[in-house]
Amino acid sequence: MNWQPATALELIEQTARTKSIVFDVPGWGRHRAGQHVDVRLTAEDGYQAQRSYSIASAPEDRQIELTVERIDDGEVSPYLADELRPGDEIELRGPIGGYFAWEEAPGTPVFLVGGGSGVVPLRAMLRHHRASASTVPVRLLYSARSLEDVIYRDELTAADRGDVRLTLTRRQPAGWSGYGRRVDRELVAEVCWPAAERPLVYVCGPTGFVEAVAGALVSLGHDAARIRTERFGPTGGETP
Amino acid sequence: MTDSQALDGNAIAGTLAEVFGGDMTTAIGTCGHCGARGPVAEVVVYTRAPGVVVRCRACGGLLMVITQVHDVYCVDALGLVELQAPA
Repeated sequence: MNWQPATALELIEQTARTKSIVFDVPGWGRHRAGQHVDVRLTAEDGYQAQRSYSIASAPEDRQIELTVERIDDGEVSPYLADELRPGDEIELRGPIGGYFAWEEAPGTPVFLVGGGSGVVPLRAMLRHHRASASTVPVRLLYSARSLEDVIYRDELTAADRGDVRLTLTRRQPAGWSGYGRRVDRELVAEVCWPAAERPLVYVCGPTGFVEAVAGALVSLGHDAARIRTERFGPTGGETP
Repeated sequence: MTDSQALDGNAIAGTLAEVFGGDMTTAIGTCGHCGARGPVAEVVVYTRAPGVVVRCRACGGLLMVITQVHDVYCVDALGLVELQAPA
């Protein structure tokens, strides 16, 4: 697995703290939904910094899209979020990781739970589900602090999105009909399929969020071996 | 056992692939301290230390330390009694 040059094509402001970057990577192999890439930056003095980012695009999408949350004391994200311009080149390697990757298993529902920027690999799975015309039931439960903090807001709140449930934990707009509380055992029980239907579950978000959701699922009788987790660590902001 | 700085094995998938020559996130490791078995993706990982520190999610025991000097990796996996590569 070698480092490859990647050219930024387009930058899309998602929220005040997150930006999506579309890259052209010549000769890129097809990835699986949920996989990630390592990004490497090299300073003029030769100093290198690298970090892992989930791929936000589906395997069917033409280009690789990453969504970066700005971590103020981070080595990589401030550059990607604030300095990078279309035409600039960085290095990528990947796709990486086979654990937090989804491929359709006939008859198996898929429950996705994302906190904050943890929604990124889950969005790739939703896009893949749609692009591949998958018929297995899928549902995303996405926790954000407010509607302004929802990444891919237009896409995930579109009228035809029967597969997305939002919970806004801090502030809800007037007339909000979605959830307005933290993802706890009761909310998981309400939105997820019963354990008896043996859904595959993917949970991604800050460490504390993932532990709480995975714990709730296990306490509801879900098989721990069918719960796949990915932890983002500190988010730079408050907990979603 | 974990704190907000802790990541998991997914975060070092690239480094592990470089060291072991393939994806290791689905490999099954066995902790030499408590005997817990599980996928490498689920281990506790600290990347803010000098090098990468890998601990058992069940008991917190030290499983592996990976350091890199220039292009050479040094992997100390004394806390792992077994690592079964993915089938």
